[in-house]
Amino acid sequence: MISLDKDSMNILREIDVIPFRNRLKENATKIGMGLVNQTKIITAGSELARNMLKYAGGGIVVIEIINKGRENGIRLTFSDKGPGIADIALAMKDGYSTGKSLGLGLPGTKRLVSEFAIESEVGKGTIVTVIKWKNG
Amino acid sequence: MERIPILRLGNLLLVTIQVDLYDKLAETLEADLVQMINKTNAQGVLIDISAVSIIDSFMGRIIGNIATMSRVLDAETVVVGMQPAVAITLVELGLPLKGVASALSVDKGMEVLKKKIQQKEGLKDTPEDNDFIG
Repeated sequence: MISLDKDSMNILREIDVIPFRNRLKENATKIGMGLVNQTKIITAGSELARNMLKYAGGGIVVIEIINKGRENGIRLTFSDKGPGIADIALAMKDGYSTGKSLGLGLPGTKRLVSEFAIESEVGKGTIVTVIKWKNG
Repeated sequence: MERIPILRLGNLLLVTIQVDLYDKLAETLEADLVQMINKTNAQGVLIDISAVSIIDSFMGRIIGNIATMSRVLDAETVVVGMQPAVAITLVELGLPLKGVASALSVDKGMEVLKKKIQQKEGLKDTPEDNDFIG
């Protein structure tokens, strides 16, 4: 997998989500991603950015355009230094939430992207990586 | 603070969301609308989301809340103009917006609202027509 373009943004306030969504849109358009997939990756990004704000008080997101064989895609890496997730399997369950949300965030986001990975250490932070292939 | 304008049209309230939604803005709209229904005794709310390109779980929940709160205040809500990509994304996300009436355009949304209001008032003297999506 090759990274063709890399860019990072701080998500520290709710309003930071808007320029992030716009940047995501620009990148998705640049690789010729269709409207439905664009909407899915931007929505997924929006969910993960909110999670990071709500549970970890913010963090950094790296936006990359990646290439594997003939396929281009977008990779997002959200890193925070928040409290971490004690039970990832539970957090990935539909309808589970420690906050006051619907608990759709992580499982719903996973359905919207092509690849989803989460690493977390209690007390250290969480890293969520998602990939949406152009035709994925 | 940024706000989404709410227009009054007879006994209806009309909201056209023309900007990118973020959490605070959606919450403000929810509060403003509920107050406005109460203040104006509006019987229907029409929310045009044709310019909204992203609705995630939070904003989706706010739309659902608005519909439920309006119903509690004796007003009907119709959401119009959802973009197809947004509809696909919302359902895959797991938020099918059950209980929220929808229509494809403002025109059709108005028809749906008027009909709902008429039905509620028991004015059954208008002819039935079922050729719209309600």
